[in-house]
Order: sequence, then structure tokens, then C-alpha cells
Amino acid sequence: MKIIDKIFKFSGGIRAETYKDISTKNPIKSLLIPKKLILPLRQHVGKISRLKIKVGDRVLKGQLIAEADGNVSAAVHAPTSGLITSMEKELIPHPSGLPDFCLTLVPDGKDIWMDRKVIDYKKIGFNETIKKLRNSGIVGLGGAAFPSHLKLTSYQKNQVHTLIINAAECEPYITCDDMLMRERGLDLIKGILLVQELLGAKKSIIGIEDNKPEAIKVLRGLVIDSNIQIKVVPTIYPSGDAKRLIYLINGIQIPKDKRSSEFGIQMFNVATLVSIHRYINFGEPSISRIVTITGNVHKPQNYDVLFGTPLEYLIKDTGGQIVNNDTYIMGGPMMGFKLPSKKVPVTKAMNCVISAEPEMLAEKKEVLPCIRCARCADACPVMLQPQELYWFAKSKQLESAEEYKLFDCIECGCCSYVCPSNIPLVQFYRYAKSEIIENVRNSEEANIARERNEFRINRLEREKQERAERNAQRRAQNTPEEKSKLIDEKRKEISDALNRISNTKEKI
Amino acid sequence: MINQQSPFIQKPQSVSVIMFMVLGALLPAIIVNVYYYGIGVLLNIILASITALFAEFLILKMRKIDIKSSLGDGSALVAAWLLAVSVPSISPWWIIFIGTLFTIVVAKHFYGGLGSNLFNPAMIGYAVLLISFPSVMTKWPASIDISMQQSLDLFFSGTTLAIDSISSATPLDYIKTELFQGSTISEIKNNASISTALAGIHYVAIAYFFGGLFLFFKKIITWHLPITFLVSIIAIASLFNIIDPQQFSTPIFHLINGGTILCAFFIITDPVSGPTTPRGKIVFAFLAALIILLIRNFGGYPEGIAFAVIFLNICVPLIDKLTQPKVFGHD
Amino acid sequence: MITSILIVLFLALLIGAILGFSSIKFKVDGDPIIEKIDSILPQTQCGQCGYPGCKPYATAIASGDADINQCPPGGDDGVRKLAEFMGVEYKPLNEDHGIPKPKSIALIDEDTCIGCTLCIQACPVDAILGAAKQMHTIIEKECTGCELCLPPCPVDCIEMIPIQESTENWKWKYPVHQLKEVSQRVRH
Repeated sequence: MKIIDKIFKFSGGIRAETYKDISTKNPIKSLLIPKKLILPLRQHVGKISRLKIKVGDRVLKGQLIAEADGNVSAAVHAPTSGLITSMEKELIPHPSGLPDFCLTLVPDGKDIWMDRKVIDYKKIGFNETIKKLRNSGIVGLGGAAFPSHLKLTSYQKNQVHTLIINAAECEPYITCDDMLMRERGLDLIKGILLVQELLGAKKSIIGIEDNKPEAIKVLRGLVIDSNIQIKVVPTIYPSGDAKRLIYLINGIQIPKDKRSSEFGIQMFNVATLVSIHRYINFGEPSISRIVTITGNVHKPQNYDVLFGTPLEYLIKDTGGQIVNNDTYIMGGPMMGFKLPSKKVPVTKAMNCVISAEPEMLAEKKEVLPCIRCARCADACPVMLQPQELYWFAKSKQLESAEEYKLFDCIECGCCSYVCPSNIPLVQFYRYAKSEIIENVRNSEEANIARERNEFRINRLEREKQERAERNAQRRAQNTPEEKSKLIDEKRKEISDALNRISNTKEKI
Repeated sequence: MINQQSPFIQKPQSVSVIMFMVLGALLPAIIVNVYYYGIGVLLNIILASITALFAEFLILKMRKIDIKSSLGDGSALVAAWLLAVSVPSISPWWIIFIGTLFTIVVAKHFYGGLGSNLFNPAMIGYAVLLISFPSVMTKWPASIDISMQQSLDLFFSGTTLAIDSISSATPLDYIKTELFQGSTISEIKNNASISTALAGIHYVAIAYFFGGLFLFFKKIITWHLPITFLVSIIAIASLFNIIDPQQFSTPIFHLINGGTILCAFFIITDPVSGPTTPRGKIVFAFLAALIILLIRNFGGYPEGIAFAVIFLNICVPLIDKLTQPKVFGHD
Repeated sequence: MITSILIVLFLALLIGAILGFSSIKFKVDGDPIIEKIDSILPQTQCGQCGYPGCKPYATAIASGDADINQCPPGGDDGVRKLAEFMGVEYKPLNEDHGIPKPKSIALIDEDTCIGCTLCIQACPVDAILGAAKQMHTIIEKECTGCELCLPPCPVDCIEMIPIQESTENWKWKYPVHQLKEVSQRVRH
């Protein structure tokens, strides 16, 4: 049996109600193509994609419509065939509620694929494969949206010895990865073997929580003939956080400033691996994902959705909200954020949308002062001291907060969850982090401004000096001796010239 | 309305639940106390609660803070009850009245209210009373047969003349005075006058212990403070006892008498004035045990809990700073 | 008696020698206080404080000629930092020197610009690109928003555009929760 028994336990974390069975009663559903698709150009971490087509073009399904720009970027592909009708700022799923550049695609209903080419990665070699992956549009589908080709780049090829597959899905309500493993487990295994080969890793371990018995059963059956190992971890939030999961599986604690690849470990989400498999072995770029719609709706379940589908289309299929409050949360209840409206499109980072239950929005109980009970410190999975960080962030002592390792905070929400005084702790840390980053940026800009100012002052000084020197020279030339010397010189020149004229006159 | 951000789910345990659980954990000991020493302690608790709530109500009104949530959080009641079980049950009413006023108004609100008090409020109240009214504060019930009528009389009389047959010093106090006068421990033990008082105190201590266990299993307090404290008391007292059994009492004696168990589970575990890091709690508890035993054995006062706790409250920021735990991944 | 006088004299000479030696050996060039104050100031170089730039203002604060509350771009935060550094009481910004405005960047209207180079000479950080009779333009990244280019322009073609919030520079705000005032709960 490939199930590993030894489990390390990270300190902290919480056991919350998981609410998973709400959305796992039905299989994954695919809907008809919606009337229009809104494709944001920035669905990933990094630089915004660069357009390859213009408004008015007809595109085929899977066609590259915006390419990756620079090192950290990803591409965008057309999820179906149709006409690009506009490119303007529209509402996107972002906590600020601000709009960003989006392409609007009106499907023609024919859903014609472009020419799909299987990528023979053994033949074209590793570097070419990475180049192709760069324009596959594949980003981390666990919610982080980090371009996946960067996790496979060649300098890491020789160093990574373990591939860890993140099947934990620790946040309550979210079940998209669970259903993916139950229904498309074979694709997942093929993806694991493919990426293991690309990385040059010696072994693969699937980390899965124990609240997914059906998925574990499916996977156990599929890994029999391979050397993939399965490790079942207890259901504690946030065991799905990358560094926590690595610790659970092999006991290595990776600090904030180091990457897991420096320890020979690379981690991918299950959905990302399936996407990589579909792209390399079938030529299908990243154009859809599985989204869980759950919470306060009549028929909560998982959907296989094309990117750009307006959210209200999905909500309508679930039968709408039971209690009407028009509030939707993207992500899980611990780390998600409220969406600005239900007209936003489905993007690569949208793994789950929770239609807000009334208790989630109930006017929160009074925020009482902190009683220093340190329950937050007991719950923190990074072993920080949230109450100290709270005191510092509240009083804006940002240097002290940084000293107490504020930036190690993963914003998981465990501290706010347990706080008996209902203090919104994570909000304070997010605020403090933004302030510190902005202060650093401001001081860098100020340094540049100071240098330019000093350079300008020096330049003006230099010009003044040069002018003074020239004046001094000219004045020196204006003394009587100099003047007579000059007059003599000029006279000589005039007489020379007159002589020349008379000479030439004589010749003639 | 708070800027609604994650997390959107919450564990349903609030400050008032914690505080009322602490009050509940005190109940067994109060009942045992009433059984042996009359209703004096109940009268103290009732007056303390009324004074505390009223004083807090006035102060909250003056500070323009929402009354319902702040008064209802139970923290004033906890401080008042802890003070009420610390003062002698046969003391007159104005002792607990002044003590509670001082606890709530000065020790809690003058320092900033809930969550901002530097010192343990109950201990400040106790220390003030002990220093201001030493004779009244050292008269503890001697017999275990105080009738209801006698208790009420003593409470409302307002005088400090407690009848000699009823009151006496605590065993700790008695031993200290006798030691100063040159007797040894074994001579003191043979003297019967304190043995009657001793009987009831055993059971009160056991009742506090059960209350503390209740808090521990309900996860209101962690093991660090009480266990370290009790172990340190036993260890240090044993050390002293081995060095000179005739001058220093046994560890069991120190555990049973003077409110040691009360201190272990209820007083040093006050979250606001105590340390927050696990190692800090161990250091705090050990130092508290050390200082209490030093005061009891060598100091001028018979009981050292209040002074030890107040002194260590000043050291808490330093203890916290020096015992910060290692963050995940860093060394 | 004589011995004590001699000892004290000897000690005085010894300590004096040490001090004199240190003052020469460990002499610090320049005045570090001015640099430290300058690093707190926002480097807008706008002159609203009454001094031609941030370094002169820092020098004035160090010598005591200027007060700490004369810098509007530094805002309230800047005054507090200066107060903490100089060890003086905080005081609110002096309105005579201007009020804090949201950070803006200058923009030249190209249709109106006549290429006179007067704004180029005025900019304290050389953020304007151009030459005589050639088009002038503001280098967006270098502009500090000091507004010194606005007065010299003879055709008034420069305006200040405040920086808009976008998904690129959006940040989380300070959490706010409402304290219920007792008076609000009174119902008649």
C-alpha cells in the first residue's frame, strides 16, 4: 500500500465546520456556451498580457489572443470561437472593486477548435517545452494564479527531487478539487507522471485531507502501477497552504524568504496538473476550469466553466439565492473577498463562489478590546504572535511589526476566527503590509528625486563656474596691453590683407 | 459596520463566555466556604458584584462607551469575585466596598479599561486593603461554626471588633508570628488553636483545584501557568523544608494554605496582565512561586501572593519580549 | 591635600587628552543631523516651506531657524516623524505654507506648448524633457508634484493631474469599526 503513515503536525490551525457535502451531491455539470464572454487581460500574477489580435477579429477556440509579456506573465486564449467585439475596462473579480482591461468575445455558437497540436516534449526538448508552456495560459489553479511554466524552468530541473501534489483543499465550502479527483482522476495521474518527468523528480507524493474518502479511494486504485505515493493528512485548516503541506508530508520547515525548490521540492495543485496534461498531450490551452457554486443557493454544485462566463449565468443555473442579499464571496470563507457584483466573469483564480449565508453578513458583534488571551497565537500556523502584530499595526508602529515577522503572515484568518473579542486581525495585517510596501516605494522615489535635485544643483553650479571662467578670460583679454596687442594683431591682419590685394592687383 | 472582509465564519466563543466560565469555576469553592465558615463570603460576593457593576456603569457612561456590550462582558464581575474570596469572610462591609471600588475604578479603568490594565485588578485591591487596614485583613474565621446571625452581624456592624473566639489569624500568619517569637514548627503544630481553622481550609483548597480543572478542560486556560506554579511551589518549598524543617513549613502546608491553589488557577492566569508566550508563562509562574515563598518565609507579610503578582506584572513586557517563540521556518 | 590636588589635576589632563584626541580622530564630516532630517522629508523640492528645496529646509531645522511644521507634502506623518527625531512637541501643520494635497503629476498640453524652456529651468529634479523651440514633456516617473513649473509657463499649458487609484496601485485601507455612541441609543 502506498499510503504513508508518518505525519508531522504543524502547531496551530483550526478545526472548523467544512460544509463540503453541500456541493458534492451532484457530478460536475457543463453548461451551454453563454451569450458573451468577458476575458480580463490580467488573470495571473505578473505583467498584463500583450494583445495579439484586435477588436473586430474572428477567433477560433483555443486561439492565442494575448501573449505573455516578460518573464512573469501568462497568456490568454479564446475559450470558444466567435468575434472580439470590444476591449475596455470592465468589472473584474478583485477585492478593490476597480475595473481593469477586458476583451469581450461574442461566441458564434459553432465552438470550432483551432488546429490543436500534441506537443512531443521528448522530441523538442525541455527548453522548447517550457517556451510552449509559457504561452499555454496555464497558471496555478488553486487560487494563486502564478504562471506554471516558471515552476518548471530548466535550472530547477536537476535540483527538484520530490513533486508534491496539493490535493488538500483545506478551506471550508470549496469542493472543486475533490470532484475533479473523483471524476477525472486518470487525467490527474497522467499529469503527475508528465510533470514528474519534466521536473526530473524521483518521486511524487499526493497530499490529501482525510475528509475526502471517495477521492482517496479513486486515487488509490489509480496509483497501483506507479510509484506515486498518497499521504492522508488530518483535516485542519490551513493544511493546504504550500509550506504547511510540505511540513506535514516530510517535516521540512521552509521560511518565508526561501522557495520550496531550494529544498528540492516543487508543489502543484491538482487542477493545474490536469491542465498541463491536456495541453502537452492534447494541445488544449487553458480555457476552462471547475468552479464550486455553494452556500445560499437552491442547487449548489460544481460546474465546468469556460473562462469569461459571467457569474450571473452560473448563479441562475443554481436556482438563485435562497435569501436574497446579492452578496457573493470569491474563494473560501477564511481567505475570500466579496465580489463587487455578480456580473463579473469567471477567471483563472476563481475556484469557488459562495453565495453569502445570512450569518456571514450579520452585523458583526461588537469589537471589544484585546484581552491578550493569546488564543490567536495558539491558532497561528506560522507560529507568529498575532496579538503583538495587532498592537503594532493598530498604533502604526510599522518597523516593530516588521521586526516581529509581519511579512511571514499568510493571511489565513485563523487568528480572526478564534478571537473572542471579534477583532478583525487580518485586516490590520493587510493594512500594515500595504503601508510598509508603499513606504518603501515612496522612500525609493524620494531618494531618486533627491539625487536628481543634487545633480541639478551641481550642474547649475558647474555652468555658473564655467561662465565665470569665460568672463574672467574675456576680462583678462580686455587689459590695455592685451588691447594694444589685439589692435596690433588686427592691424597686422588688415595690412596683410591689403598687401595680398595689392599683390593680386599687380598680377592682374 | 466593519469593512466586511475575510474570514466570514467565526468560532462562537466570546469574552463574556470566558468570563462567566471563570465565575462558574469559582462556585464549588464558594459553596464549600459557606458550608464551613458561614455566609460571610456570599455577602462579600454580593456586595462586591453590585459595587463593581455600578462603578463600571458610571465610568463607562463617563467614557461614552457602549454600556450593553462592555458591562455584559463579565470582566468586572470576575475581578470583584476574586477580590471577594480573597478578603476574610468575617470582614465588615466597607472593606469589600472600598476594595472593589479601588479594583474597578483605579486598577482597571484608570489604566484604560478592559484589556489595558497593567496590574491584576483584584490583587491591587487586595494589596491596598492589606496595607491600609492590616488588623481587619488579618482576622480570619477561627471556628467552623459561625451562625448566619453572627455573619450578618459582623458584616453590617461596620466595626472592626470581631469577637476573639471567632476570629484568628490565618495559619500562615500565626506561624509567622510564632516563628518570630522563636518557636519551631513542631512546637507550633502541637498547639491546637489553629487546628480547627485548618480543617475547613483543606476542603476549600480542594474545591479551588476542581474549579481550576474545569477551566483547564474547557480550554479557558492552558497548562503552562498552573502546573508550573504548583510544581515550583512544591519544589522550592521542599528545598527550604529540607534545609531546615524547623524554620520552614512543608510543601503541602504551603499548597493548602493562603490561597495558593486560588492563585495557581485564577489569579496568575489573568490574561490581560499576564504574559502571552508559552515560555513566558513558565518563567512567570516560576518567578511567582519563588517570590511568594521568599515573602512567606523571610518577608514581613504572611501572605505574598498579591505582592508577588503585582511585582511580576511590571516585568511582563520584558518577559514577553525575551521569550518570543521561533517563527515557522526561521531559526 | 597636595596628593589629592595632583590626582585630580592628572585625571583632568588625562580625560582632556582623550577627548581632544577623539574629537580629531573620530571627527565626522558634514553634519549628520541635516542628512537625517533630509531623509525624513519627502523630497518634493517644492519650496512651500519657504526654503529653496528640502536640503536647505533641513539645514534650517537643524540650526533652529525653521519650525518643523512647514512641509505640506510631508503631511501630518512627516511632522510627527520630525517631532520624534528632534525631540520636540508635535504641532499641526502651519497652514500659511499650504495644505496637503493628493499626490499629482504635471501634464503639458502639447497643442499649446510654445517651446520656451522656462519650465525646464524651473523643475528642481530635471523631470521635463525638451529644448528651445522643441516640444516639452514631463517624464512621469520623475515628477514629484512640486508645481514649480506652473507659474513660469507663459501660455499656462501645464496642469496637475492627481494619481488615480487602479488595480496596480490599490492597497488595503486601515480597518474602521464604528463605536456606538451612547447618545445614539436613546429612543423617544
